Amino acid sequence: MANTVVPPPTWSDRLRSVSIGRALTTVILFLGAWVMVFPFIWLISSSLKPTDEVYDSNFSIIPKTFAGFDNYYGVIFEQPYLIFLMNSMIVCLGILAIQLATAIPAAYALAKLKFRGSTILFGTVIAALTIPINVTSIPIYIGLVKAGLLDTYFSMMFPFIVSVFAIFLFRQFFRGFPDSIIQAARVDGFSEIEIILRLILPSAVPAIAAFSVFSFVAHWNDLYWPLIVVQSQDKMTATLSMMQYQSAFDTDFGRTYASATVVTAPMVIAFLFARRLFIRGITMTGVKG
Amino acid sequence: MALSKMERGQAKLAYMLVLPATILILLIYVIPIVLVFAASLTDYTLVSDYYEFVGLENYRKMFADEAFGNALRNTFVYAGLFLPGAFVISLVLAIAIQEQKQFRSVLEVLYFLPVTATLAAMALVWGALMDSGQGVINNSLGAVGIPGVNWLGSKDVVLYSLAIISLWSVIGFNMVLFLAGLTSIPPSLYEAAAIDGADGPIDKFFRVTWPMLGPTSMFVAVTSSITAFKLFDLVAILTHGGPDHASEVFLYLTFLEGFEYFNMGYSAALSLFFLGIIFLFALIQALFTDRNVHY
Repeated sequence: MANTVVPPPTWSDRLRSVSIGRALTTVILFLGAWVMVFPFIWLISSSLKPTDEVYDSNFSIIPKTFAGFDNYYGVIFEQPYLIFLMNSMIVCLGILAIQLATAIPAAYALAKLKFRGSTILFGTVIAALTIPINVTSIPIYIGLVKAGLLDTYFSMMFPFIVSVFAIFLFRQFFRGFPDSIIQAARVDGFSEIEIILRLILPSAVPAIAAFSVFSFVAHWNDLYWPLIVVQSQDKMTATLSMMQYQSAFDTDFGRTYASATVVTAPMVIAFLFARRLFIRGITMTGVKG
Repeated sequence: MALSKMERGQAKLAYMLVLPATILILLIYVIPIVLVFAASLTDYTLVSDYYEFVGLENYRKMFADEAFGNALRNTFVYAGLFLPGAFVISLVLAIAIQEQKQFRSVLEVLYFLPVTATLAAMALVWGALMDSGQGVINNSLGAVGIPGVNWLGSKDVVLYSLAIISLWSVIGFNMVLFLAGLTSIPPSLYEAAAIDGADGPIDKFFRVTWPMLGPTSMFVAVTSSITAFKLFDLVAILTHGGPDHASEVFLYLTFLEGFEYFNMGYSAALSLFFLGIIFLFALIQALFTDRNVHY
């Protein structure tokens, strides 16, 4: 009993302080997570409330009067909300389809084929990577005005139908594909098109999936370009329709937040189901770029 | 000769494959960039077809324009509030979450959720939460005896409020980038550092984590800076640049000049200034990542 300086107690003390620290970090992390998630909880809660309860000073997560059915019914059937959602869907899918159709062949050529001008083309792709839509919007807008194409699906998609980012990303990906396999396929009589469709594409599925998610989310959430080219209710996207509530006098707050829920839900749900794809999309865009 | 024939065939095919993309890159990037430069030298407005070549007049006007100075100042103040948080909070979060065993994926999902959400829709929510009268934030502050803040209606506070909302929406994104960087650090380095006497978490951080995270940190810093300069959605939905131009940031001013007032020439000059700033960030990134690669 005299020798109190034996290692075991200090070890367990240390262990205890470590695990208390751990536990404390976990608690803090969950408190932070609560702050991150609270706006969503507030949103869903408010979308189920009648107007006068949304701004009630005694906020409660569970609505006192349940108006969820009315609100969502109003959003989906009494306003042109289905049209807004459909517009967003058409624009996002259209953009994605053309992006893939133009980027994959170009990326394959840049990665695996020798041709004069490839360096210039690739240099242009790299330079274009730094140019956001905000810089080129004026000439593109004027061009669309002159062509009488404002307020069309075409104008909503046009600036995005070639993705220099996709070309860059896929080129990096295709370069990793072994030349020996391509050579062997050529010897076996595969044409280049067949090589792309039957060898390269299947191997690039992870990159294509990650890019698709990235592209779809980016254009679903885009406010800037639709704000410039969309003029009528017919072509309004779901995201753009959020602008109406801040200025227009729709004082039906429950319905406002029901519509906000409907707009953001597809992306959030898609994320919850395809988490790895989202994360891969980001890390692929990020660390390697 | 057979080989060169094959190569020629290959080149022909290559041109066909790159043709659609090349045409679109010309139409969407190359020609518009040339035109935006040309437009910035004119007094073109969409309202009338008549315009004149005015040389550098738009640029001279820009540097004398009070709105330009104000927008630039607002953008820098906002970036100064946003950037440290976007970097430090995300990094600390990534390190803390990486050390979590059971809860790691739950926490990852919860912190990442705002990134996927539609900011325009969530801006409406934040507008309500930050409402000066009935908002949840002021009510909660009131409950503990702190007077409410006019989050979006006060000239002195509005940029802080926008920075808070942006942080909320971007932290999960940067956290994921840092997490990817952290997991690529080989554990053997920590073991080696421990043998060298680096035991504590702070020691480990400065001797191993921070140097190894160099390229990731650079990337996060640069993309966050660009994000800061691209602030638009929140302003367009929540404040319209107000109150009294206090949240009129650079991109919003460029948008107003071009698409509300139709001063296309002037707006083109502003756009090119914006592009210059983005190039600067890209340049910084290129210079530093070349020099600071640690593997």
